[in-house]
Amino acid sequence: MKKYRVLIGKPGLDGHDRGAKFIARALRDAGFEVIYTGIRRTPDEIAAAAIHEDVAAVGLSSMSGGHVRLFPAVVDALSRAGASDIPVLGGGIIPAEDVPAMIEAGIRQIFTPGTKVETIIAAFTEACAQQHGQRE
Amino acid sequence: MKTPKELQSWQENELKKTLDRFPERKDPFTTHGGREVQRLAVPEEIDRNYLENIGFPGRYPYTRGVQPTMHRGRLWTMRQYAGFSTASASNERYRYLLDQGQTGLSVAFDLPTQIGYDSDDPMSLGEVGKVGVAIDTLADMEMLFDRIPLDKISTSMTINSPAMVLLAMYVVVAEKQGVRSDKIRGTIQNDILKEYVARGTYIFPPKPSLRLITNIFQWCAEQAPLFNTISISGYHIREAGSTAAQELAFTLANGLTYVQAALDAGLELEVFARRLAFFFNGSSNLLEEVAKFRAARRLWARIMKERFGTTDPRSMMLRFHTQTAGSSLTAQQVDNNIVRVTIQALAAVLGGTQSLHTNSRDEALSLPTEDSVRTALRTQQVIAHESGVADTIDPLAGSFFIEQLTDTLEREAVDLIGQIDEAGGVVACIDNGFIASQIEDAAYQYQQEIERGERIIVGVNEFQVEEEATVPVLRVDPKVEDEQVARLQQVKAERDNEAVQQALDELGRAAREDRNLMAPVLAAVRAYGSLGEICNVLRGVFGEYRGRQW
Repeated sequence: MKKYRVLIGKPGLDGHDRGAKFIARALRDAGFEVIYTGIRRTPDEIAAAAIHEDVAAVGLSSMSGGHVRLFPAVVDALSRAGASDIPVLGGGIIPAEDVPAMIEAGIRQIFTPGTKVETIIAAFTEACAQQHGQRE
Repeated sequence: MKTPKELQSWQENELKKTLDRFPERKDPFTTHGGREVQRLAVPEEIDRNYLENIGFPGRYPYTRGVQPTMHRGRLWTMRQYAGFSTASASNERYRYLLDQGQTGLSVAFDLPTQIGYDSDDPMSLGEVGKVGVAIDTLADMEMLFDRIPLDKISTSMTINSPAMVLLAMYVVVAEKQGVRSDKIRGTIQNDILKEYVARGTYIFPPKPSLRLITNIFQWCAEQAPLFNTISISGYHIREAGSTAAQELAFTLANGLTYVQAALDAGLELEVFARRLAFFFNGSSNLLEEVAKFRAARRLWARIMKERFGTTDPRSMMLRFHTQTAGSSLTAQQVDNNIVRVTIQALAAVLGGTQSLHTNSRDEALSLPTEDSVRTALRTQQVIAHESGVADTIDPLAGSFFIEQLTDTLEREAVDLIGQIDEAGGVVACIDNGFIASQIEDAAYQYQQEIERGERIIVGVNEFQVEEEATVPVLRVDPKVEDEQVARLQQVKAERDNEAVQQALDELGRAAREDRNLMAPVLAAVRAYGSLGEICNVLRGVFGEYRGRQW
């Protein structure tokens, strides 16, 4: 398998990154090259890191309810920087009724609590493959 | 049968002293049918091992509890952590909870408040009022405690890096109610060390943060002696994925770091040590949790006595709050969470907790609704009044399994604390990542076991059903943010800005000169200086902590 490079980001002020770290490590174990931003990053910082590290996909995690404003803000920041081809995936404590609005705002996929890690890895693989396909 | 002499000595001293001052809740406690419930069951033969390792409640090494009558004397404080959106909405929730029979308040602040940003700071965007109440100035705090008499209730505030500012606001609100600071009761979390490894609401680097903490110890010792100055928290360490033994070890290691910092700052051990409080997680493994609480009490007593040489029993007693494990709650089949919380709460009560928060069934989905908060409180009330476990003291003592597990957890914690000591202490182990990586490894292993189906989580990887999302979720109106920003701007327009600036300048000088910062922070708060303004002055002097590279 091609070694895809992805960025896991924690936008906002929420410091609960057990889930983010688990996904980062599981992706790494599945053969991805993973950059984790650490907690408390702004959407602009995450977008800048994604571009700087030339990643094929971005994963966002939020537990505080901040996803409503913050996830779309990352999509916007990427698009303003001319990197709208980088897919953004998200997860955390996100009520099911918020998912349509997130997809509408350009988030590729949202993972709610209890999603199997295999599903998440498969989604990243697909998103990365597609992004590479677009670039080539 | 003759009463063993040690038991007799406990009865005539610790027990009698307590009973004389505080009669038990009932006399006698009985089961259905009238049989009397024994206060404290002890082995027929009291040997050296029993005395050294188990002993009597209210007596060193406090394995069986910190008070001689425990929950027979007074039930634990039922304290539900709550707070959302604005001060006035939270105030309403608090008055509802007090009406429902809750006996203490526990304030949840939003993340900008916890990290020292005003609601109009660009960093606060999207977070204002989300996970707790937004507090910018004294005006918000006045509204938060409106019509709540601060001489009658105790208040726990989950605030760490800017704990001094929120404490100062609380003191001034009390003052305005005519309540002097030596009458206020409550707790500030004020535990910065665990923020660097688990919870993440740090502002300043460890060293100046420790100074703020010891400044608070000193001020409270003189001015607010009934206030618990810190709640040394394993809760978030466990939530971040640690094992029970790691929770125990890292919490007590943080505790002894605060004690050492206060001693180094010239404070007197017997003055501040008795105001230290702890906060643990109540997880689902009932027997391991009971053993953990017992081991925690014994190990802290031993550390205070042997390492720091205290002779004051109050400085050896580990008093703790418990919250049930938020991370154990599932978004699937949410009603199952009520059962999880019941088991976890039972562990806390059997483990001798002093206060308890029970989580609500819907917390894996959103902030809890009022209905589910009530059920969570009722869970505690059922345990307290119907289960009978509060009518006798430390009923699991003497179980081979519990005693051996208590010993094992204590030994594992001692080993880990030894490793931290050898590596140069907690601050060094925050910097080199030792503590964070221990927690991370444990979390990863646990989650992998769930993924592989080796560990069953009911409703998640076994016993699933198709569900429709019908659970009502509590949603914070996005308008709250705009309203809070407007409110802050109004306060800034109406206050004496020159007085604020003077207070902030004085605070900066005090910070550079290594003076106790409580007085200048009180002055700034009184002038309606904002939390963000005060923290920015300190950021300028202390710098900011940036987190470790993953």
